[in-house]
Amino acid sequence: MPPPLQAQRLLLSHRRLTPSNRRRFTAVSSLPSAPAKTLATGAAPSSILSIRESLLSGERTAADITADYLSRLRRTEPSVRSFIHLADAAAEREAEELDRRIATGGHDAVGPLAGVLVGVKDNLCTANMPSTGGSQILDGYRPAYDATAVRRLREAGAIVVGKTNLDEFGMGSTTEGSGFQVTTNPWDGSRVPGGSSGGSASAVSARQCVVSLGSDTGGSVRQPASFCGVVGLKPTYGRVSRFGLMAYASSLDVVGCFGSSVVDTATVLSVIAGHDKMDSTSSSHDVPDYKSELIPLDLLESKPLNAYYILASSEASSNLSRYDGIRYGRQVSADDLNGLYGGSRANGLGHEVKMRILMGTYALSAGYYDAYYKRAQQVRTLVKKSFNEALERYDILVSPAAPSAAYKIGEKINDPLAMYAGDIMTVNVNLAGLPALVVPCGFVEGGSAGLPVGLQMIGSPFSEGNLLRVGHIFEQTLQNFSFVPPLLAEG
Amino acid sequence: MALTLLRGIRTPTLFRRNAGLFFTTIHPPLSSFTTRAESVQATESKAAPKSIQLATKEAAEHKTQGFEAVIGIETHVQLSTVTKAFCSCPYNYGSQPNSTVCPTCMGHPGTLPVLNAKVVECAVKLGLALNCEISMTSKFDRKQYFYPDLPKGYQISQFDIPIAKEGYLDLDLPVEFGGGHRRFGVTRVHMEEDAGKLLHSESGSYSQVDLNRAGVPLLEIVSEPDMRTGIEAAEYGAEIQRLVRYLGVSNGNMQEGSLRCDVNVSVRPVGQSKFGTKVEIKNMNSFSAINRAIDYEISRQIVLHKEGQADQIVQETRLWDESSQKTFTMRKKEGLADYRYFPEPDLPEIVLTSDYIDEIHKSMPELPEAKRRRYENMGLSMQDVLFLANDDNVARFFDSTLEHDADAKLAANWIMGDIAAYLKNEKLSIDEIKLTPLELSELIASIKNGTISGKIGKEILIELIAKGGTVKSVIEEKDLVQIADPVAIEAMVDQALADNPKQLEQYRAGKTKLQGFFAGQVMKASKGKANPVLLNKILAGITAGGASAGGCVLWAMLSLPWMVSGTASSPGKASPNMLLSSSNCT
Repeated sequence: MPPPLQAQRLLLSHRRLTPSNRRRFTAVSSLPSAPAKTLATGAAPSSILSIRESLLSGERTAADITADYLSRLRRTEPSVRSFIHLADAAAEREAEELDRRIATGGHDAVGPLAGVLVGVKDNLCTANMPSTGGSQILDGYRPAYDATAVRRLREAGAIVVGKTNLDEFGMGSTTEGSGFQVTTNPWDGSRVPGGSSGGSASAVSARQCVVSLGSDTGGSVRQPASFCGVVGLKPTYGRVSRFGLMAYASSLDVVGCFGSSVVDTATVLSVIAGHDKMDSTSSSHDVPDYKSELIPLDLLESKPLNAYYILASSEASSNLSRYDGIRYGRQVSADDLNGLYGGSRANGLGHEVKMRILMGTYALSAGYYDAYYKRAQQVRTLVKKSFNEALERYDILVSPAAPSAAYKIGEKINDPLAMYAGDIMTVNVNLAGLPALVVPCGFVEGGSAGLPVGLQMIGSPFSEGNLLRVGHIFEQTLQNFSFVPPLLAEG
Repeated sequence: MALTLLRGIRTPTLFRRNAGLFFTTIHPPLSSFTTRAESVQATESKAAPKSIQLATKEAAEHKTQGFEAVIGIETHVQLSTVTKAFCSCPYNYGSQPNSTVCPTCMGHPGTLPVLNAKVVECAVKLGLALNCEISMTSKFDRKQYFYPDLPKGYQISQFDIPIAKEGYLDLDLPVEFGGGHRRFGVTRVHMEEDAGKLLHSESGSYSQVDLNRAGVPLLEIVSEPDMRTGIEAAEYGAEIQRLVRYLGVSNGNMQEGSLRCDVNVSVRPVGQSKFGTKVEIKNMNSFSAINRAIDYEISRQIVLHKEGQADQIVQETRLWDESSQKTFTMRKKEGLADYRYFPEPDLPEIVLTSDYIDEIHKSMPELPEAKRRRYENMGLSMQDVLFLANDDNVARFFDSTLEHDADAKLAANWIMGDIAAYLKNEKLSIDEIKLTPLELSELIASIKNGTISGKIGKEILIELIAKGGTVKSVIEEKDLVQIADPVAIEAMVDQALADNPKQLEQYRAGKTKLQGFFAGQVMKASKGKANPVLLNKILAGITAGGASAGGCVLWAMLSLPWMVSGTASSPGKASPNMLLSSSNCT
């Protein structure tokens, strides 16, 4: 069975949260594990699961499923513009190849993500397609290797359908900071999808792909998940290898994932998580089968913003030094070395990125280091401490994923401080290195059919399993809500 | 005179001897990851250029005129690990540009450093060898600047917590420089990565980047400003080289850039505690150049001081120019460079355990300083001590020879004399020759017990070095056993006397000088195999005349060690009776 796209029903079924169907999720006590078989009975639809079942039963071919997604993608992409690079032909080929393998090798040929179309944020390196980080300075750059998270997805049978749009090098909260294009929110074409992983969120929201990878440095998975009405997970720092992720702020960067359900998100996390010898900061903490730990509902009973921007910009000023036009990417020729550096960087890097490089360079400069970088590190220590204390008393902390629903395109672009302030609900989680899951929880006024709003759940380090379990239960309480954007019913 | 001895250092050679002063000067084969002895024989440098003599002498004289120099050194040691510091690329000096690179060491987007554990091991080894305190917890930091040979725009280094700190280095100055023991402080040792290299086109219109060297592990050793003269600084560098070779952490080759020294030189009036303005000197690719560059720089600064132009000494980097034997301004420092160091977020902290450090401590070989003190206690001269301890392989050969009961002084003489000369001519290192320490000890024993003469010994040595084999087999094969049978020697003496009646008459008449003539005749007839001691005693007996005198001589001979100890060879077993009965000298 294909993912549930009976648009008519979806469109009609969502409505605003009323006090009567609103549930409280302030603190949730430890949950018992439950058998995996209960998954299929949950109301929250798992696209991955249904794809897998159709492939195994022979009901549908990977080529059929892929064609379905690609036709929807071709229809919606002109207005949404999630992808910077589309690998549709390659995806079709891979799907046919998978069908051949299933035909000859049977069920053994079907990996956990076989036939699952994945969108990959363009700051994650992919060996056979361009990877730009959303920056003109890497226009035309093709990495020699796959990022570890991408490699693991492919090994699990996933098909990478393209590279999704983002704020340049992850710096932004609207995806308007892309060096290539502006992505719109599938719920309302006049609004942003959030950022910086806006392309990955909008692609899943518009069902252009099944799941997608993003990266979260200060909220870049969670805030767009909230804006686009999808599930977004920011894992614990070190849970997923950063190898192949173009570094923005190395001590805050985390590879995260999006899905239209908690089950899908859990499935992707199980595949991409785990130690990687290529990333010394990746954790060797055990990776559970997150999906199998999910529980059906019927079994159940209940300012760091400144510090963040200083630390993130400081690390960014260093991490982006490599984009110098010498070895790869855009080079502006000049008579002397400084001219070459200056020209290449001035032309290749966008406004927001240049501003953050300047801020970071300033914060790390002699005479300012103690007042900015060092002080921000001290704040970070305090943030960690207060989270730890809270998480000793509670299993999960909840908050909105963002202080508002999706902004209008252009609304924040000339007011960087307002845009930074929009990250206030998410950055502290990155400073503490904790995992957090965002699930759509309802709607607010806006657009033609309301705008989705996400709920953020924050857990202790490596408690992704717990977060996903609670998220899955939460999802099931919203059976009458559908988070499929109205765009899909049109045309 | 001593200061002029350093000329000739650039001549490619192995094992030139400078009575204990050895400098790395040579370009060994490119594949060389092995350590080799490279040294210089000072006595060859009689024709040192006047300019150097003057410069260095002036510096020496100035010192006595109320000024002293303060010198500190930063040494970069390139580690000879199989792979680079943060990726799995190999590094081989001289390979095709950009042939040993990967996305990580080229600084491609998304790549991350992964620390090579061997680098930490090397750093701890060197830290311990330099008597440093090892940091149980240290970290990496980023040092940021833009240059095309620096792929990431920052160098991964260590800033405020180096892996080792507060140590010292002991050394002995060469005898001809006045000798003396010195202890120089070591401020810190830290780990970092090397940058690539720029290749400039001849026209100067473009440059190319070779990233083979990018990411190769380095240890930077910062000294305290404890040195006062060029030779002290050069010897400090040479001792570091010796250490890294003994430890096997680097080939220490200066020509390949595996060992690079940047020195800071300032001058101040004697008695003043404040340092003068320091000048950094780079581009010295031998220890001799370090010595000369520093002495030149000291001299330059003193002249400025004396001319009242001390303000002309500014904080700057100067380059040593070998052809003019001068230093030149490379760049003036406009304030302190701001490298915007901050902790490297891509690498976890380095946490060491005391077990780990103990394990490394136990695995370390005897170090040069301990070796020198041991050799000194054997009664060897400082000249011998410095020669032998200079090179790990030579020291090992020497020690192994001693393990076979060879006499230390004799073994030292052979190694420093004939063996060293051979190595020099053939451009070999001591571990490349076929002579084994066992056979050298056999050779020494064979001479000592009279089986062969010293002269024959030298011939055998060359044979053994070139072709191998045992002392015994060479002696037998070539019939080289010394003739120590008095009867046989006397027969030859008789023959020589008979052949030269005129000289015999003069000899008997008291012209004792002719003893040498007859000895020569006998040696010629015996092809050098006659025991010279015995021969001369017999010849001396002739002038004394009469059997009784001869008897005295022979009795004296009875106390010769070879007669009592007499091992395998028959001459030693000759009985006094036999000797007496054949002592017909007339």
